[in-house]
Amino acid sequence: MSSRPTQSWSQRAVLAAPYLWLVVFFLIPFAIVFKLSLSQTAVAQPPYVPLLDLGAGFAGLVDFLRGLGVETYVLLFSDTLYLHAYFKSLIVALVSTAILLLIGFPMAYGMARAPRRLQPLLVMLVVLPFWTSFLIRVYAWINILQRDGLLNSALLQLRIIDTPVAWLASDTAIFIGVVYSYLPFMVLPLYARLEQLDRSLLEAAADLGTPPWKTFWLVTVPLALPGVAAGVLLSFIPIVGEFVIPDLLGGSDSQMIGQVLWVEFFANKDWPVAAAIATVLLALLVIPILLYERAQRRALEQR
Amino acid sequence: MLRGMSTFNVVAVAFGLAFLYLPILILVVYSFNHSQLVTVWGGWSLRWYRELLHDEAMLSSVWISLRVAALSATVATVLGTLAAAALTRFGRFRGRLLFSGMIYAPLVMPEVITGLALLLLFVALDADRGFWTVTIAHTTLTMCFVTIVVQSRLIGFDRSLEEAAWDLGCAPWKAFLVVTLPLIAPAVAAGWLLAFALSLDDLVIASFTSGPGATTLPLRIYSQVRLGVKPEINAICTILIAVVALATVALSLAAKRSALRGDPAAQG
Repeated sequence: MSSRPTQSWSQRAVLAAPYLWLVVFFLIPFAIVFKLSLSQTAVAQPPYVPLLDLGAGFAGLVDFLRGLGVETYVLLFSDTLYLHAYFKSLIVALVSTAILLLIGFPMAYGMARAPRRLQPLLVMLVVLPFWTSFLIRVYAWINILQRDGLLNSALLQLRIIDTPVAWLASDTAIFIGVVYSYLPFMVLPLYARLEQLDRSLLEAAADLGTPPWKTFWLVTVPLALPGVAAGVLLSFIPIVGEFVIPDLLGGSDSQMIGQVLWVEFFANKDWPVAAAIATVLLALLVIPILLYERAQRRALEQR
Repeated sequence: MLRGMSTFNVVAVAFGLAFLYLPILILVVYSFNHSQLVTVWGGWSLRWYRELLHDEAMLSSVWISLRVAALSATVATVLGTLAAAALTRFGRFRGRLLFSGMIYAPLVMPEVITGLALLLLFVALDADRGFWTVTIAHTTLTMCFVTIVVQSRLIGFDRSLEEAAWDLGCAPWKAFLVVTLPLIAPAVAAGWLLAFALSLDDLVIASFTSGPGATTLPLRIYSQVRLGVKPEINAICTILIAVVALATVALSLAAKRSALRGDPAAQG
């Protein structure tokens, strides 16, 4: 698609600013996280050894390399606390992504089938909560789910329950919060895909006598798959590392990995362990992230 | 067949929208509740909005957040627009794969990882944490969103206009500034607004990269929410929701108008 294959100086200048910014503030920080995960905790500021002392030249580099070790990773895989947290995060992400798909697909489908002039309004209604603060939306659920909250008073008044139910500080609350917060991420890519769907294909299937449910399963769903993939990845990856939702809505008995990282860093001041947690989390997510990156690049560049 | 589906469709969309809006609606209504108790309705009142006006700490956080958001969104919009131009106009350049990877990865990267990584960079650089470190962190995150928004507009853009400018002897950078930029302005504005909203919203990355004296609004709200629900928080949240809603509606109306004006030109 390029009409000017050679890279001119002006092109390099345009590219340099965002490129350098991302290398310095995105790529290099991850190298530092990895390096730190191989260091040991120390009671100091910053709380880890060894530090790379560039002034000491080659001897400094040798000292630096000698100080590195995999102790933090051994700890990570021998303490069940961390393994449990990773496991719980993956389960929460998996289950909520499935619920999101169950709610999001019919919604996106309905939007794509709505009258044309209504569609921009519907899209805006879905986007609007996404622009509203994440924190506020999670906070709104505390109002509803707490012990003397609105859900319990409503259920008590309707005589569905006799005693207040502890909705808050439970896994149920985490699922509600996650599904609520990530619904736009699931609906929008699905809608974008379903909206482009060629209706004549559905009509052709109907003309050939295919029952509607079969048309849906054999025509609509396969054609919607790229949208499903985008929605699933866009929700699953960030949910695994979610911190705010489990912290505000979840119980204290079991934590997600984002919370463990947070506690190690802020409360225990164990930076190397926090860095190791982040490194392992990244390793878990690298395949879905690569898939997402490829899907996005294709969707945008081959349009 | 379509008519047969439509009841189900209506229910699905209505249910989804109700799920999205009911909690926000409840929050807004209860911000006007006179009662100190969050769940007991004590009649309509502006009491908590008045109390908000006297909350110095909260107001200073609002001011800090607005400055961080405006500055980071502006830098992010410049960088993101350049990145989008590079991705759509330069074809295959060396390092393109790494570049597009660095654009797309932050969009889904769990915030705790990004926050931790940036903090460690600032510590390694021996930079004092505060206003500037939060601003840099937010710029890094939001420029990727700006890139996506602007890029999708640049792809749908008729390039013959740019090429016409080149043929008439206009330098490519000048053609971009004079011809392309005005036509993609709605997308650039949308990118800026999105960056602004994301920065205003961010809690996790700010927790890592902020320092004393730079307590942004989400940090302030979060520290209060952890102590329990307070009517005052409902009030500040309602104001934020109103501002964001108005901005979104205004922007989409503006985009619609410019699309109506711009389309014949783009096609002709």
